[in-house]
Order: sequence, then structure tokens, then C-alpha cells
Amino acid sequence: MNRLDVDALLDNPETRVLVCCGSGGVGKTTTAAALAVRAAERGRRTVVLTIDPARRLAQSLGLGELDNQPRRVHALDLDQGELHAMMLDMRRTFDDMVWQHAGRERAEQILANPFYQTISTSFSGTQEYMAMEKLGQLVERDEWDLVVVDTPPSRSALDFLDAPQRLSTVLDGKLIRMLSAPARAGGRGIRKIVGAGFGLFTKAVSTIVGGQLLQDASTFVQAFDSMFGGFRQRAQATYELLRSPGTGFLVVAAAEPDALREASYFVERLSAERMPLTGLVANRTHPVLAPLPAPGALAAADRLERTGDAPLAAAVLRVHADRVAVADREKRLLARFTRAHPGVPLIGVPALPTDVHDLDGLHEIGRRLAGE
Amino acid sequence: MNGWTDELARARLHVVTGKGGTGKTTVAAALALALATGGRRVLLVEVENRQGIAQLFDRPPLPYSEERIASAPGGGEVRALAVDPEAALLEYLDMFYNLGFAGRTLKKMGAIEFATTLAPGLRDVLLTGKVKECVRRAGKTGRHEYDAVVLDAPPTGRVVRFLDVTRAMADLAKVGPIKGQSEGVVKLLHSGDTAVHLVALLEEMPVRETLDAVAELDAADLRPGAVFVNRVSPPRLPARSVASASEGRVDAGRVRAGLEVAGLDVDADVLDGLLEQTVEHALRVRMEERAKDKLAESDLPTLELPELTDGVDVAALYELAEVLVGRGVR
Repeated sequence: MNRLDVDALLDNPETRVLVCCGSGGVGKTTTAAALAVRAAERGRRTVVLTIDPARRLAQSLGLGELDNQPRRVHALDLDQGELHAMMLDMRRTFDDMVWQHAGRERAEQILANPFYQTISTSFSGTQEYMAMEKLGQLVERDEWDLVVVDTPPSRSALDFLDAPQRLSTVLDGKLIRMLSAPARAGGRGIRKIVGAGFGLFTKAVSTIVGGQLLQDASTFVQAFDSMFGGFRQRAQATYELLRSPGTGFLVVAAAEPDALREASYFVERLSAERMPLTGLVANRTHPVLAPLPAPGALAAADRLERTGDAPLAAAVLRVHADRVAVADREKRLLARFTRAHPGVPLIGVPALPTDVHDLDGLHEIGRRLAGE
Repeated sequence: MNGWTDELARARLHVVTGKGGTGKTTVAAALALALATGGRRVLLVEVENRQGIAQLFDRPPLPYSEERIASAPGGGEVRALAVDPEAALLEYLDMFYNLGFAGRTLKKMGAIEFATTLAPGLRDVLLTGKVKECVRRAGKTGRHEYDAVVLDAPPTGRVVRFLDVTRAMADLAKVGPIKGQSEGVVKLLHSGDTAVHLVALLEEMPVRETLDAVAELDAADLRPGAVFVNRVSPPRLPARSVASASEGRVDAGRVRAGLEVAGLDVDADVLDGLLEQTVEHALRVRMEERAKDKLAESDLPTLELPELTDGVDVAALYELAEVLVGRGVR
């Protein structure tokens, strides 16, 4: 197995951006935070962008203030590195983008539009898009050696690569112009293709979503049009940043079939997009700590339980046999992943027996990530 | 509270949610099998385009139709449906507008995705609308086509928004066909026919999310059903040893002596490893106890499902279903 050397990765000055991705519930946020702590401990000026951290983890990173800017984490005792942390405020990031790209009057008009409220808070790709935008901003500021970024808890690991494109499609406005005014410019071409069906569709859509919403959307897209080029350019620039040599993707997965299946999709997708895949973090594994074959342990536990002697030793043996079974299963699943993706470096991170919500815990996970 | 209640037995729509990674789809499938046991017909529905059911039952991706995927003990059967919101919208529009060929073209153009993006609530209304149709559909003999419908719903963070059709409708037209349909959905979801079950693990975060979701469901006037505590592993240590072991104190001499009685002579490294594993086990048992106490605050019926070290395959689903039947699921 090709082992992922996390310390070498963090120490390499060419490593400028690390993106932690993976399906929900695998420990992405904690992994991102632990990597950042480790990098700072090893002397790098590091910033970590978290998306939706658990409350206590956020507190431990001093993320009480919601100002959408990185704050230095002072609680960490460091020789030369620095740790800064922030939590994404997607609405605010979006607002800032509008202010930046539109004139004052137009920006106010956009922000007041009811359709903007929908897009900036409920559209399923907005969080992903804004995470990438914020990442771009942090890199642009050039104040840190290393930016570690967590990705949103999506349904699937691939969502955040696709979100900017999906949002662009909506904001592009061709369809919306046709829907709100099918008789005018652009409408005729489409009518030729679908004939009367389009009129019916327009009617159906406006019956369903209501004429008012279509009207709001249309006004919004018109106001947005002038700054759309700027938006698209930025999304493109961030995408290129993700493909640049200073960026690495770490796919985080639990040693579970579902999470590893998602990880496989992700690995294939990154390779198709020629994105730099750094490796797989197999999170929360349970390696066996005592080299003792399980069948012998189980037979001995049976003997002890029959006689009722030494219940503590019997329990210790049962615990061991359980652990061997879990470890074997995890090894089997990871071996299967490695067979399918032999080139992907991998590191197993042994589970902590308790929840992690302070800097000590992050430090310990950092050690385990480095294989210590 | 332990086990299934009479109230839950009366529900016809079982919505299953849980934090990501808790095994929501597995529990939904096991629940469907358990409900079908003894000759009933149950529909298992997924709505997130993940094809999780097909993967679980080791089958090719499900088409947008109700396919038989399993037989239950005692002559019952489980069918499965993966609802595709685009197909649901077209199916729905067709009922009123007869779009025919134009519908397919619009789908190709991305117009459907566009419409559901314009009004995010529309997607949810369409999905829950299809579920309602399945729950209410009459079979040949005048009874319901399905005795129960199990919905593998979005995770806890999104489930209330998903089920809160009234709020979604605020985005949408105040009149017209979809308004009429949504009223029926609201009625079903807020009635005694529906129960929203939560899948949790005995860990801090999943428990917290479960309790938050229960509060959110209550606030939205939706009825929380049971809590399924998934992947419960057996406590191995004698109860009196847990506290001290979790603080790192395991009597090494006593363990060594016990191992010798059993004919195992281990060296110091092995013994250290065994003790460390035992301490980790004790820490986890303590954490699980705290999680259980916390979960009890929800005051909901609780059903535990065992950890399966060999992973979840079709046979394991039957095993879990049997456990649920043993806990009174019917």
C-alpha cells in the first residue's frame, strides 16, 4: 500500500491549498482542523476555512464571532507557525460579491430582490459556490503559507465541483428571459424547436411557481446580467486555482462501504478533471493493538466463561476478538479501494475513543494523521 | 420507552431520517422488511437520486417505477421506488397539460431543473406529492395498494424543510393544481398516518442532531415517531469494571492471571495492547451511556439495532428486520 506522508505534505512550501472532501458524516471538518493545527505546529502560517463545524469544535477554535473573516487562534502555543480559523457565512460572502461587482445602486436593487433571498440562502449549490469564492479570496490575500479548506456537507462528494456551474446556468438568464417573455428576443428560436409545447410549458411553470416569482426572477437576472461576467470569471479563476500545482485534494472517508464508494467516485472525478489528488484519509480505523490471533482468544474466553473464573480476563479477550473482527473488515474494505485505485496514497487514522472538541483532541488527531 | 407502540403500528407512512453516516437507508430497508413480515405489502421510497436502495439490495439502479425487491417472511413483499423529481414534474404536468413530446425536449434543455431551481420548494412538493399518491392509492380490492410506505428521507439537517410543504408553498403559486395537491400532502404529513423516525448512533453529535431534529419537528407540528439506535455493540466488561477502566485502570495482574488460567501465556507487549484496547472499549461504553441518557430526553420509543461486524448485505437486512419484529414492529 502506498502510504500518504502527511508531514511531508504539510512541510512542503509548495503546498499552498489543501481541500478536504468526502461524503457527510466522515469527519471532514475535524480532519481539516487537525491538519491545520498540525501544519501550524510545524511552523507554517496556516488558515483553516470550516463550513459548518460542531458548536464545541467551533468554540475551541475561537470561532464565536461570525464576521466571515479569519481570526487568529491564540490558545495554541506555537514557536513560529500561526493558526487562523474562520467559519463560512455564505449569505455574507454572496452579499460581498454583489457589492464588489455591481455599482452601488444596482447592488442595492439586487440585494432587495426576493429572488436573491432564495438564491443566496436556499439554492442547493450556493454554499459550495461561496466556499470556493472564499477560498479564492483567502489565497488572493496572500497572508498565509497554507490554506486548509473543509467542503460543505453535501449529499454527495461531487456536489461542490458542480455547484458553480449549476448556479451559473441559472443566473445565465437565457431560460429565464424566455420564460418571462417568450414572445420577445430569443423566444422564437426555441419555439421552433419545441413548438407549441413551450408556450404550454411557460404557462405550466407560471401556474406552478406563480407569475410574481417569475417576474422577480426576471428582474433579478436583468440586474445581475451586468455583473455576471465578473462572477463567471471568478468561478473560472477558482476552478483553475484548484487545478494548479500548489493545490491538493484529500479525500476523507470512513472505512465503510458507502463512504468508500463515494470516495471512489470522487477519485475518478478528480482524475477526469485533472485535479491534483493528494490521497485518501481513511478516518476512524480500529487497528489491533495486541498481536494475538482471534480464534485462540475466543476459545479462551469461552473456557473462562464456562467456569466463571476470571470474568475480567474473559471480557478483555472478548473486546480483543471484537476489535480483530472490526479491523479485519476495515482492512478488507481499504484493500478493495486500493486495488481499484493503486496510485492513491492512503493513511489510516485510528479512532479516538471519545469525541473531539478541543485543541488537544485536534493535536492528537494531527499526530495520528502523520502516523505517529 | 422501549419498543413499538400501538400508535406507531397505526401509521401508514414511515419517514426515516438521521444524520449522515448513521445508516438511515439500512434502517429504512430493515423497517420495510419488518413491516412486510406476515403477508403485508410495503413500498420503500428514496428521493435523493442516490440509488441507495439498489446498492443495499445489490441490484442495478432502480427505474422510476415500483419494483419488487424482496419477499418478507410469511408472504409479504417489499417494492421499491426511486423518485426522480424531474420525472415527477413531467408526470404531474402531463396530468394537466398533456405536454407529450415537448416535455422530453424541455427536459433535455434543462428547463425542468431550471424550474425546480427557481423555486427550491417545488422539488420537495413534487417528491412528497408522489409519496402521498403512493400512500393513498387504492388497490384492486378497494383497500390501499400498500399497507405501509417507508420513505428514506433527507438527513436530519434538511428533513423538516423537506416535509414542511406549507412553507414551501409560500414560494409557489397561490392557486392552481399544485396548490390543490399540496393541501392533500400537508394533511397526510400532519396526520396520525405519518410518523417521522430518527436514526441515531450512540455518539455525541448524532444524538445532539437527533434531539435538535425532534424539537424542530415538534415546532413544525410534525410527529416524531421512534428513535432507532443503530450499530449498538455489546458491552463486554463487567459493569463494575467500566468506570475504573475508562480512567485507565485495569488490573494487569488479574488479567494476566486470568489468561494463564485459560492457558494463554502472553508477553508484555501483547498484554499492554490488550489493556489499551480494554480502556478504549470502556471509554466508548461510558460515552454510549452518556449518549443514551441524553437520548432519553426525547421521550420517544427507542429501538436498538446491533452492530454487524461483517457489514450490511441482504442477509443482514433480514437479520435487522427480525430484530425489529422482535421489538414489536408491525
